Amino acid sequence: MSERAALSVRRIGRFTTDGVLRLGYAARFIALTLLHSGTSFRRFGLIIRELYFTGVLSLIIILVSGLFVGMVLGLQGYETLQTYGSESALGVLVALSLVRELGPVVAALLFASRAGSAMTAEIGLMKATEQLSAMEMMAVDPIARVVAPRFWAGVISMPLLAAMFSAMGIFGGYLVGVVLIGVDEGSFWSQMQSAVDFRDDILNGVIKSFVFGVAVTWIALLEGYDAPPTAEGVSGATTRTVVTSSLAILGLDFILTSFMFRGV
Amino acid sequence: MERSTLDLWVGLFVCAGIGALLILALKVGNMSGFNTAATYQIYASFDNIGGLKPRAPVKSAGVVVGRVGDITFDNNKFMAKVVLTIDKQYQFPKDTTASVLTSGLLGEQYIGLVAGGDSANLAQGDTLKLTQSAVVLENLISQFLYSKAAEGDTKK
Amino acid sequence: MAADNLIEIKDVDYWYDKRRAILIGIDMVIPRGKVVAIMGISGSGKTTLLRLIGGVMKARKGEVRVDGQLVNELDTAGIYKLRSRMGMLFQFGALFTDMTVFDNVAFQMREHTNLPERMIRDLVYLKLNAVGLRGAHRLMPSELSGGMARRVALARAIALDPMLMLYDEPFTGLDPISLGVIRNLIRRLNDALGATSIVVTHDVQEALELVDYVYYMSDGKVVAHGTPQEMLANDEPLVHQFVYGEADGPVPFQYPSKNYSEDLRLGAHHV
Repeated sequence: MSERAALSVRRIGRFTTDGVLRLGYAARFIALTLLHSGTSFRRFGLIIRELYFTGVLSLIIILVSGLFVGMVLGLQGYETLQTYGSESALGVLVALSLVRELGPVVAALLFASRAGSAMTAEIGLMKATEQLSAMEMMAVDPIARVVAPRFWAGVISMPLLAAMFSAMGIFGGYLVGVVLIGVDEGSFWSQMQSAVDFRDDILNGVIKSFVFGVAVTWIALLEGYDAPPTAEGVSGATTRTVVTSSLAILGLDFILTSFMFRGV
Repeated sequence: MERSTLDLWVGLFVCAGIGALLILALKVGNMSGFNTAATYQIYASFDNIGGLKPRAPVKSAGVVVGRVGDITFDNNKFMAKVVLTIDKQYQFPKDTTASVLTSGLLGEQYIGLVAGGDSANLAQGDTLKLTQSAVVLENLISQFLYSKAAEGDTKK
Repeated sequence: MAADNLIEIKDVDYWYDKRRAILIGIDMVIPRGKVVAIMGISGSGKTTLLRLIGGVMKARKGEVRVDGQLVNELDTAGIYKLRSRMGMLFQFGALFTDMTVFDNVAFQMREHTNLPERMIRDLVYLKLNAVGLRGAHRLMPSELSGGMARRVALARAIALDPMLMLYDEPFTGLDPISLGVIRNLIRRLNDALGATSIVVTHDVQEALELVDYVYYMSDGKVVAHGTPQEMLANDEPLVHQFVYGEADGPVPFQYPSKNYSEDLRLGAHHV
């Protein structure tokens, strides 16, 4: 019996030390990426190219999801507010939910599954087919040339995508609330404008999406760069990216919300 | 992918993103417009500010004329000292009353200014003499109960 | 003469962990201008040796000297400078899949030089012409056959006229015609560039026809070396088995296992 206990304890210990080692590796990875970012900015074309693949190609899913989320918020919100006779506050409900929480969080989750997993798979495959080694042998640092541009592209596109998600969502809420159900248009917008504060709500939402962008891109690039150069290795890394990013987003969301929206 | 097509799409993407941010900032939210306008500061002391928070609106006749600044506790007078930042274009007489009011029944609290009749106006750094504290629900209830009890007594 | 040796490897050891040594006491000399083969069965440490020469890994013990410089002692900038004078052909080409053939070959020129695009274009065509693929410059790597991909990778590797060419298993998986092409190119480019080439392979037939000198490795040690004729005449059992492709010999056919009759359970009585 004690054999089994010793084994479990050793396994927990190894799990913890592995976790700490991995965290250290991740920190070193991001430090290297930031240090070698000079090339990305001097040859901005590299970032622009990656912006296309992470940002532009994610547009459709972000815009459509935003629209649907907004419409659902409009529907559900109306049902609930109606019981308190406060339908005119629908605009407030939709706008605040989106700008504070749903915009940054859902957009980040979608970004992680679409762009994040793509980045992981791409870099993992480059590693498996020795493209990264070839680059190293040609005296070109793969972190500067391959990783850093993708990092900055992800960090730049995330807040933009979250803003577009929120904007589409509000439009969706407007469509359902005002156009379909018949909530008063004037009070929809005016109550929204008085309730949504630029600094407290919108800016905080932007900061959140920026933080999520850093987290998701960092995880995606790390998993790809570190993936075992086999088929199972790359597929495992892609799955881990989506799972770890999602957990990170939700965890960070709680932390950020707790000290952003404490006194408001 | 041609370099120019790439640039076009990325440019459009970034424009759309910034556009969305601008829409959110201007149409959805309210930029606290008084950041840009010229303001002056006056002070008011209250027995109880209730749930008043910094950046709450200061209204007169229902129109927003300024924002609440810092709220501190005056240890000498044992009252709350509130800084009111008023838009320069609005001048108020020296005997203006400031009250802590609630928007709606359970809404956020704000400061309401009722102008007095003095010919001289408040200047930067002046203190309002007349203030009315917030209505505290517990006091109201105990007042009500007390008056009900007193009524019951007199009836007997 | 020492000055005529491009690469000198003295008493080099390498291990991942102390229990399993990959390389033990390697002594090797690669003279300038020659094509040298490093042969051995899979797992003998050949690829590790290539990586030590390229500075990707550092030897745990001993010296690796390339063109007079000690590779172990170079800093990152020094290693990168050294690598820009080397060209490496990877086993399956390792072309950058998101760029055209042209951009692949132009990669090093664009990264390391400030040459104008017109000059780069001419140089790329030159290199592609040398491997016979000038007409394929617009294709993407996914549209190339294995042999073509490897030739493009070769053109990419010689882009900056390196002094040292490293070939990691260049003959693996090629059809006879492509084999002949690659073999031809390795020799021609070596002589045309005035470079030195190291070919890591286990394709005995191709190697012995192509190279000037052979090092044979087994279990992390250099077991034999000599000219191709000397290798063919070598009657040491280990070398003989490799050179003539014998199925059984010092390297056994059967993976270590229990006694055969035990595995078949002969002698056990079952009803």
